[in-house]
Amino acid sequence: MASSLIRLLLPWRQPKPHHLFPFSLNPTKTSFLFHLRRCQASTSSPKRLILTQDERSKGSLSTEREAIVGSGTIAAIVTSLGGGPAAVGIVRISGPTAVAVAGQVFRPVKRWKEEGGCVAWRPKSHFVEYGYVLDNDGNVIDEVLAVPMLAPRSYTREDVVELQCHGNDVCLHRVLRACLEAGATLAEPGEFTLRAFLNGRLDLSQAENIARLISAKSAAAADSALAGIQGGFSSLVKSLKIQCIELLTELEARLDFEDELPPLCLPSLIDKISVMRHDLQDALDTANYDKLLQSGLQIAIIGRPNVGKSSLLNAWSKSERAIVTEIAGTTRDVVEANVSIHGIPAMLLDTAGIRETDDIVEKIGVKRSEAAALAADVIIMAISAVDGWSEGDAKLIEHIVTSQKSANQAMTAPMILVINKDDCKPKDLLVSFEEICSGLFKKVVRTCALTGAGISELEKAVLEVRGLEPISSAGRKWTVNQRQFEQLLRAQEAFFRLHTSIEEQLPMDFWTIDLREAALALSQISGDDISEEVLTSIFSKFCIGK
Amino acid sequence: MASATPRLLSSLFTPLRLTYPIHAIRTSHRSRTLSFLSFNLRRPNGRLRTVSSFASNGTNGMERMGQKDEERYDVIVVGGGHAGCEAALASARLGARTLLLTLNLDRIAWQPCNPAVGGPAKSQLVHEVDALGGEIGKMADRCYLQKRVLNLSKGPAVRALRAQTDKREYAMEMKKVVESNSNLFIREAMVTEVLIGKNDNIQGVRTFFGMDFFAPSVVLTTGTFMSGKIWVGRASMPAGRAGESASLGLTENLQSLGFETDRLKTGTPARVDCRSIDFSGLEPQYGDDEVSWFSFDPECHIEREQMCCYLTRTTSETHKLISDNLNETPTYGGWVDAKGPRYCPSIEDKIVRFRDKESHQIFLEPEGRTVPELYVQGFSTGLPERLQLALLRTLPGLENCVMLRPAYAVEYDFLPAYQCSRSLMTKKIEGLFFSGQINGTTGYEEAAAQGIISGINAARHSERKPLIVLERESSYIGTLIDDLVTKDLREPYRMLTSRSEHRLLLRADNADSRLTPLGREIGLIDDRRWELYQSKQLRIKEEKERLKNVRVSGGEFAAEVTTVSGQPVRDHTTLESILKKPHVQYKLLDKHGFGNENLSRCEKDCVEIDIKYAGFIMRQQSHLQQIVNQEHKRLPEDLDYYSMTTLSHESREKLSKVRPQTIGQASRIGGVSPADITALLIWVESNRRKANQRTQQELLRSGATDNHMAASSPTDSVVQATAI
Repeated sequence: MASSLIRLLLPWRQPKPHHLFPFSLNPTKTSFLFHLRRCQASTSSPKRLILTQDERSKGSLSTEREAIVGSGTIAAIVTSLGGGPAAVGIVRISGPTAVAVAGQVFRPVKRWKEEGGCVAWRPKSHFVEYGYVLDNDGNVIDEVLAVPMLAPRSYTREDVVELQCHGNDVCLHRVLRACLEAGATLAEPGEFTLRAFLNGRLDLSQAENIARLISAKSAAAADSALAGIQGGFSSLVKSLKIQCIELLTELEARLDFEDELPPLCLPSLIDKISVMRHDLQDALDTANYDKLLQSGLQIAIIGRPNVGKSSLLNAWSKSERAIVTEIAGTTRDVVEANVSIHGIPAMLLDTAGIRETDDIVEKIGVKRSEAAALAADVIIMAISAVDGWSEGDAKLIEHIVTSQKSANQAMTAPMILVINKDDCKPKDLLVSFEEICSGLFKKVVRTCALTGAGISELEKAVLEVRGLEPISSAGRKWTVNQRQFEQLLRAQEAFFRLHTSIEEQLPMDFWTIDLREAALALSQISGDDISEEVLTSIFSKFCIGK
Repeated sequence: MASATPRLLSSLFTPLRLTYPIHAIRTSHRSRTLSFLSFNLRRPNGRLRTVSSFASNGTNGMERMGQKDEERYDVIVVGGGHAGCEAALASARLGARTLLLTLNLDRIAWQPCNPAVGGPAKSQLVHEVDALGGEIGKMADRCYLQKRVLNLSKGPAVRALRAQTDKREYAMEMKKVVESNSNLFIREAMVTEVLIGKNDNIQGVRTFFGMDFFAPSVVLTTGTFMSGKIWVGRASMPAGRAGESASLGLTENLQSLGFETDRLKTGTPARVDCRSIDFSGLEPQYGDDEVSWFSFDPECHIEREQMCCYLTRTTSETHKLISDNLNETPTYGGWVDAKGPRYCPSIEDKIVRFRDKESHQIFLEPEGRTVPELYVQGFSTGLPERLQLALLRTLPGLENCVMLRPAYAVEYDFLPAYQCSRSLMTKKIEGLFFSGQINGTTGYEEAAAQGIISGINAARHSERKPLIVLERESSYIGTLIDDLVTKDLREPYRMLTSRSEHRLLLRADNADSRLTPLGREIGLIDDRRWELYQSKQLRIKEEKERLKNVRVSGGEFAAEVTTVSGQPVRDHTTLESILKKPHVQYKLLDKHGFGNENLSRCEKDCVEIDIKYAGFIMRQQSHLQQIVNQEHKRLPEDLDYYSMTTLSHESREKLSKVRPQTIGQASRIGGVSPADITALLIWVESNRRKANQRTQQELLRSGATDNHMAASSPTDSVVQATAI
């Protein structure tokens, strides 16, 4: 329940107040009696807490110990965000695995060249290194300076690595994202300072400030959690969680009440699990904010020549960015314009009208239009209300769809049909073509580029097809979703392991381990008690009791 | 006057005991062997000299000083059920002079409901109690009528042993064990009052007939007896169980001391005469061919002939009869509102809540080898007696049955267990312990698990030794107690595997390697058991080593592995990696001569589990390690939560009520948010530092005048060093 914040609690790096941990898993063989004698010597603590360990697996645990000591490693952007672009921004990673996390995302230029980047990074404390940050697939995200500050000579008294990146928000978020994917968790507000305090780095007067920060945070957290729950994305997370709990109910009920329940239908369960896995992947794709942050939304406006694509771009961006004439084929190249759609940066791409042409320049333009359409996050197909749905439009869209298919994209961009020149429509034509293309297009919007009518509807449509809700107050939504994204990643990993367990035909109990992990990850936002929920669900669903 | 004496005297003896902690523990073994010699001498006062000369403890010494008109003990256990017996035995075995008070000597370790021990999660509790040196597992192994392993193919952590037991034999065997411990004295009595000293410490108990028994530790295991009331239909009478009087007066006494009490309800089905039942159409349920055991002690592994259980089902007539008479039951008639357990619903509850289910399973289980009684499992009801026989006769096979005992429900007082700390000692009264149904649990196994912990701690408390707390992550026992004292439970608590977050690590097969070393340190595992344990661990270790080194290539064995697992076997594969393949069991190694004949079946299981699931176990262990680092931070006991303005009001209230011992426990309390936990941490850390600063300043000040003093300043690190 409280595990999201619990991971803040750190092992004390300073000399331990020893009586706090008399029976923590201590590899050095100190026997129980020995402890008893000691507590009798100091009669101050009347109770002994005992965590016994399985003697049979002692050996195996001790070898692992080095890697797992301590609590989570956290990461966050520590320079201010949202202002104008600054020259430098810093992503800070702190915690016992900070170096390992940094080592996964950071490649020093020197080693990159010499060794091909396959040796673990062993930084020298307080020694700046120059290199690149790579994402999961090995693509370079940014050029950075890495500043390792090893424990205890750091702000938090833990291992800290600071990555100094280029100062724009997109870069910083991508670097942060890479760190999260490498195993760090997103730091809570004030968490670095909190750790610094708990590890004995700050003095008492500073502690009060932190306490104030934390209590302010809890109000804000409740606020943003509420905001999160209302959003469409959160409801998806919630429904995934409910599905997890349903599956757990089925499994756990059989484990605790074996002889009272009908046997489980395994194939349908496996089906459900794979559907969920798929849903989770979809959710992750929808939530692919990295891409949005990198370049904003790319919106390609395509269509036959002279349907008003350029006018639409001008009206939308409130500029005269594109040249507009009566002549078909005026736009020869891709014209870009930046707009902000309810706080989300978007780049509009006006493309050359796609048609069969012999003009060499226009031909290249058409090619570029197609390329832009393929790379876009949203495709806006513009047609003219005057012409209605023409043969050319049908051909064009077919062309785009086939090239999308041949490009074998994992996810095809959603398409919106814009019926431009709405002011001069012949009334009778409309009904029929809306029917024709409703399967292809997720939304149909009527606009008039000349008057600007319908633009706000179009913006709404764009957000809707990408699964983005309008943001009420700027900024808040982003943090919430970043967190949800982190949990989704955790859930996805759990599902991956679950899949392996099923494939390896491990007994049912092993499925519950990862299913529970996924449910836990998904319930982090609302902070529910999973065990209790599963039990309640078991008792309400099954008639139990011999 | 009398109240001050024990404290004073034992404090006189304290330094002596502190010097010889091991000696004090070991005497338990000696005094047990002594029991045979002194058995005939057991008179209330006569044996004192014999025992006290060996057990070096204070209260015995005091009796020698001659206050013969009072009875003084180290530990008093009130109640002789499954919690009481474990508590009394553990305490007596640790060398404490223990008095067991019970309402009826003939009902010691009685199984008033289901004649069975074990089942999912409950069997883990039994194994754990046994691993610590408790009795319940041995009893079940000795008195079983049938044994089955449940969840066999669902994973090693949920595999569960369940035994049908002979309830009369069980009670008799346990009585023998309890009677044959020379440190343990049994007496029939109804306790109506606990006697409290000046410092809110327990001093003893007073009985209905006016006797006072004194001891520095008292364990209350009142079961369903405290203000118990049984119901059959609309008729009720005060009783702890059918035919046994309730215990009256104690509730009021505890309330007057400021304890909160509440009421719970449970029920038991009718018993029928097996000679009146037609088994021919019923589905038989046989026991396992290969019997498994609860106890890790091979001395108890004596196979016996097994009896058969039968399965029948409710019919539409059953459902109709119940629906027609719903308002005749206490719950639906509305004259009893105490909460019953969700997992043990009455038949009317099942039919009302699951209307669309046409039939429910009913099990017929023998209650013993020598009695005709059959337990009708799953058929407890609150219907009046006049309807019960008709209801039973709607079941196939029972058309002409004879009812021997009617089903009844029982209501009783319990004390919400947040009033205890995890040692099971109450927070209000030092030396007073609660165990079993008084803490709101159901089940013999849950009772026994609490019993052994409270017995150990009662004995330790009487010797002024630090109390033992099993962490949640260490065992099902720890999980059980953590749940009880942390969550504000208002329905009978039953152990379930899903209540444990790390059940893969808390298996039946490793209960001994988790807890027997602790049992040994505490003093409940004797040399013989310890030797058995160590040689078992050694064999397992050596076998794992062997499997790692022996390699095989091709042949029939490899071929069969391939068919079984669906995976190819490469040449020179180790036996270890073969065992890791899906569906390959140690049996297969045995079959082809690659097994090790020196290992028992159970040891082979251990080896198989350790190897097969090594990856999962490792992952869970590292997860657990994190929890240990994060959550086992201790909280001072005297925190004033109300003064912490950074906490929410709700959590201030909840934290003051529960008084958690660790950060992890605090985080599990409902209504305490993550932000509260952080605030709590900061508060604790600030206070620690303020205290440190203060002592440092004082030391500096005194150091100015007295340099010598300052040199021995008791900071954390110095204490640590001197302690080592």
